[in-house]
Amino acid sequence: MASTETVPADKKGSAGAQDLAGLEAGLDALDAVQVRRTPFTQVLVKKVLPPVSAVLLVLVVWQLAVLAGFAPETKLPAPRAVGSSFMTLWNEGQLLDIIWTSVERGLLGFLAAVAIGTPVGLVVARVPFVRSAIGPILSGLQSLPSVAWVPAAVIWLGITDSAMYAVILLGAVPSIANGLISGIDQVPPLYLRAGRTLGASGVSGARHILLPAALPGYLAGLKQGWAFSWRSLMAAELIASSPDLGTGLGRYLENMREGSDMPGIFLGIILILVVGIAIDLLIFSPLERRVLRTRGLVSRSQ
Amino acid sequence: MATAVRTTEQHSADTAVADGAPAVRIDHVHKVFGRPGSAQAVLDDITLDVRPGEFVCLLGASGCGKSTLLNLVAGLDRPTAGTITVPGGGRPALMFQEHALFPWLTAGKNIELALRLRGVPRAERRPEAERLLSLVRLDGSYGKRVHELSGGMRQRVALARALAQDSNVLLMDEPFAALDAITRDVLHGELTRIWAETGVSVLFVTHNVREAVRLAERVVLLTSRPGRVAREWAVDIPQPRRIEDAAVAELSIEITEELRGEIRRHGQH
Repeated sequence: MASTETVPADKKGSAGAQDLAGLEAGLDALDAVQVRRTPFTQVLVKKVLPPVSAVLLVLVVWQLAVLAGFAPETKLPAPRAVGSSFMTLWNEGQLLDIIWTSVERGLLGFLAAVAIGTPVGLVVARVPFVRSAIGPILSGLQSLPSVAWVPAAVIWLGITDSAMYAVILLGAVPSIANGLISGIDQVPPLYLRAGRTLGASGVSGARHILLPAALPGYLAGLKQGWAFSWRSLMAAELIASSPDLGTGLGRYLENMREGSDMPGIFLGIILILVVGIAIDLLIFSPLERRVLRTRGLVSRSQ
Repeated sequence: MATAVRTTEQHSADTAVADGAPAVRIDHVHKVFGRPGSAQAVLDDITLDVRPGEFVCLLGASGCGKSTLLNLVAGLDRPTAGTITVPGGGRPALMFQEHALFPWLTAGKNIELALRLRGVPRAERRPEAERLLSLVRLDGSYGKRVHELSGGMRQRVALARALAQDSNVLLMDEPFAALDAITRDVLHGELTRIWAETGVSVLFVTHNVREAVRLAERVVLLTSRPGRVAREWAVDIPQPRRIEDAAVAELSIEITEELRGEIRRHGQH
């Protein structure tokens, strides 16, 4: 009995602290969020199989429609005819040239749009006067099809690459800027308060708190900006014709129309679609998924 | 342990320089919200000192302006009249009810951001962040993302991030209110331990009487609409306390009676 009474107070305290540590470790283990990895085969079944089946289904329906003779071959070419147009283009060595002409233009124009749209979005989001002045115009511009700029661009800049880039910029800058603006608007005020108590205000606040917090909205804007760039470019290439411009996908499509080459027209449409999807799948989707996943905004299987 | 001792020594050196000055001095502070005419007084003539190394709980029902007062001390807002001084210099650290950790950074990087904004050289940040994580018993969680941590773990990282500011004053705005009772109980123990190890002054806002008595050396009761200092109690119960201790319960009953009296006054008008 006497021995328990003479236990020094600090020893009792440290035993209590160890109790607490053990309890805490147990709580942490119970509460820890489990992060599961999706097995590769499941990814294959859930992510790859459905789109592949859809494409196959479209091909089958298409072929059946051709066999049933819904429309003459001059209006509805067989998949095989489109395939042989593809092989001709490939064997002539033109295919990659045509694709690259458009992709290079599209990506350069998109990068320029990012370089312009980002500061514009930042200023509009953070300066109330500028926001009231051009905010509504900026969001209104998104609903103006950028093909409407082609006639003006051609007269201002001639049928040149500059006209193409002008049309891309007019299409993509508003969506990139608007994406950044809505990204910034959706930043929880708590992050900004927490940042200020840590000493982040002004430029360091923008760099360490505001911009990283706005990143998901910004990425969505970039993705849409790419779609707008690509669409604008195809419209511009279709309308503006000049030997100096070289042959891009839009021009190829228009050339096929002039020659009434229906398999070529189908090939053009398919290539434009495939390139648009490929850039999205290869660049934007992985980027977006990564950002959302590190923030715990999507589960791994998505 | 050695580093914790260093912090305590450093802290007592700071207070020696301050020459008996309080860690926080709140002097005749008024706060009014809204336009003249429809103005509403939220804080009315609050005067309160927090001594260096003291643990003070601000207690009150809703509308007592306790969070407003904390924002004023944190420098996030200005008083309408009166002054608030933090003689130790620097910006007080502030912890919220929500963890307010940045989800784009790992637990460790959240702490390193606080160190970086404080001007700690790059090479020292990582070891310091690891030391702070170990102080809140989260060794090995440096690379964890915020969403991979439980609620209690997030608040401990938030505490580590607040401590990374190396401020003499730690302001806490109901930091454990959203946690389950078991976790809250454990965090009370951790906070008491860390407060004793670091010697930081704590101004802790809560509406939970038992929590206040469990933690504080001094409990300050505020009235509601407007907030005034109604009464204060020195809590002489030795630490470590438990929230179930008879002495804690006894004082809690006394304070709760007083708090209920304050609330009842509002029903009479």
